[in-house]
Amino acid sequence: MYHIALRMLLGDKAKYIMLVSGLTFAALLMSQQCSVFFGIMSWTTSHMRNMRASIWVVDPKVEQINEVKPLRDTDINRVRTVPGVAYAAPLYTGLLQARLADGSFKQIQMVGLDAGTMVGRPSRIIEGHLEDLRLPNTVLVDTDSIKKLSTGRRKPLGVGDVFEINDREARIIGICIADKSFTGAPYVFATYDQALRYAPPTRKMLSFVIAEPVAGMTARQVADQIHQETGLRAFTEDEFFWSTIWWYIRNTGIPISFGTTIILGLVVGIAVSGQTFYSFVLENTRHLAALKAMGASTWLLSRMLLLQAFTVGFIGYGIGIGLASLCGFMFLRKGQPPFIMPYQLPLATFGLIVLICTFAALIGIRRVAKLEAAIVFRA
Amino acid sequence: MPEESTSQLAVRVKGVTKAFGSGDTRTVALKGVDFDVRLGELMMVVGQSGCGKTTLLSVVAGTLLFDEGEIEVFGSKLHSMKQGAITEFRKRNIGFIFQQFNLIPTLTVKENVSVPMLIGGMRRREAEKAAAEALARVGLGDKLNARPSMLSGGQQQRVAIARALVHEPRLIICDEPTSALDSETGHKIMDLLHDVARSPERCVIIVTHDNRVFHYADRIAEMEDGRVRRVTAGNHDSNAAVPTQA
Repeated sequence: MYHIALRMLLGDKAKYIMLVSGLTFAALLMSQQCSVFFGIMSWTTSHMRNMRASIWVVDPKVEQINEVKPLRDTDINRVRTVPGVAYAAPLYTGLLQARLADGSFKQIQMVGLDAGTMVGRPSRIIEGHLEDLRLPNTVLVDTDSIKKLSTGRRKPLGVGDVFEINDREARIIGICIADKSFTGAPYVFATYDQALRYAPPTRKMLSFVIAEPVAGMTARQVADQIHQETGLRAFTEDEFFWSTIWWYIRNTGIPISFGTTIILGLVVGIAVSGQTFYSFVLENTRHLAALKAMGASTWLLSRMLLLQAFTVGFIGYGIGIGLASLCGFMFLRKGQPPFIMPYQLPLATFGLIVLICTFAALIGIRRVAKLEAAIVFRA
Repeated sequence: MPEESTSQLAVRVKGVTKAFGSGDTRTVALKGVDFDVRLGELMMVVGQSGCGKTTLLSVVAGTLLFDEGEIEVFGSKLHSMKQGAITEFRKRNIGFIFQQFNLIPTLTVKENVSVPMLIGGMRRREAEKAAAEALARVGLGDKLNARPSMLSGGQQQRVAIARALVHEPRLIICDEPTSALDSETGHKIMDLLHDVARSPERCVIIVTHDNRVFHYADRIAEMEDGRVRRVTAGNHDSNAAVPTQA
């Protein structure tokens, strides 16, 4: 009887297309919006992926990585003296302005690394040598900088080319790949001292102290030790990541905005597919009653309805996820908006589509269960 | 009517009552109906609209629960069977022909006819083979892959007859099988049903308003106000209407 169920479904083209469209829309909206949300959330923590460190020491009031409340220069030595700290290095981060060849300005994300150890350096350098950063007035830029800072030039910036940061010369000695920052400003790396020369002077300039635990101690243990000894706040990498994510969830409209769209996708999916499927069952009431009269049990008819609901569900899900992936492909080629689709997301979307289909099928099954075969004799 | 087929009862209805609604809106459709049908018989149930013909057909077919009384079909007591058993009984023993044919428009004629076999658990290929044979028997062997909408009313009713017969049920229930057809087509359909009823293992119950076809009946049960008023023998030699108004 299953092929009969499918023929009944596919034969009603208008309803079939409506059902598939509704579920496609729901799957697309839920997966695409979640992917963009995850992408934005990942941008908030891009500093941590571009400057890896086991322990991040910050001002006691700091809650997330993009919020900088500078420390005193002496704090670096206080951290270094804490038992369990293998080494600690200063790190500067700040938004500065770069002047382009055509006279316009672009914001850049300046990162100042400890010149001695280069702790916090980018991991994927595709051109040039990191050590050259120790030369005066030199910077290492990411590929996004090449795109954004080349405006007004005949050919894109490359190693050896020069541009200006706050009226100071910056010579490119290398190019790296870095994750995009939350503000969209491209990353420019320099030594810590060089970065302070580019940055407008303030009373305190040390953004973070990054540290590593000695062998035999965990980052958590050492972070606790740093907090006890210095009064500063010390996060492990994982803690800082989640603290940042939760800060954005609590303090910005991003999750509400995306959450609304995602819930809307779910509601529209349930409403459209539930209503359309119910109307499909209503229109086929006489045929279903005839099947019941001929001896089809409620259980058989329920299985037929489940097959119909899940067929449109799986087709809608496939098209929806396909379209979401296509969106992702196009976004990633363009560089924005951010898009991350972890494998859990298609699985979760699949679960929700199954939920929608089950709901739609149950409405029909309820109708079929109550259906009296005798109605087939009524005019 | 053949002598040997009159001896055995196929359907026995005794004191059956059925009411719809409750309180002020309660309507009693069957008021203690007594009625029987013999094997090899074509029984017509006639009467004015609202007299309870369709309700009687529904309870005999096991598609509607009744309030009181007893119904026995081929020895099975419907009044003491559970719903699941009644469904199973219908699947094996009853074929249906409906006024509006009730063919599924998105299926081919062959697929429509194969439905009772598929419900019975037969494999698709075998069911469609049996359907093709049943369609050939009603003269539609060349329309296997046509859609119902491509057929005339008479052809659609013949498809419905093939569907009712394909699994070789012993009781054929027909609800106004000729009312949607012209006179000539109606007679062809009745000839077919008359032949079906000739089998000594089978019987046909037809509810109809159509006095053009009364003469096909072996017996006619006249209903009035929820009761069977009288049962008369049919007159195969005449196509004159019995005195029951449509």
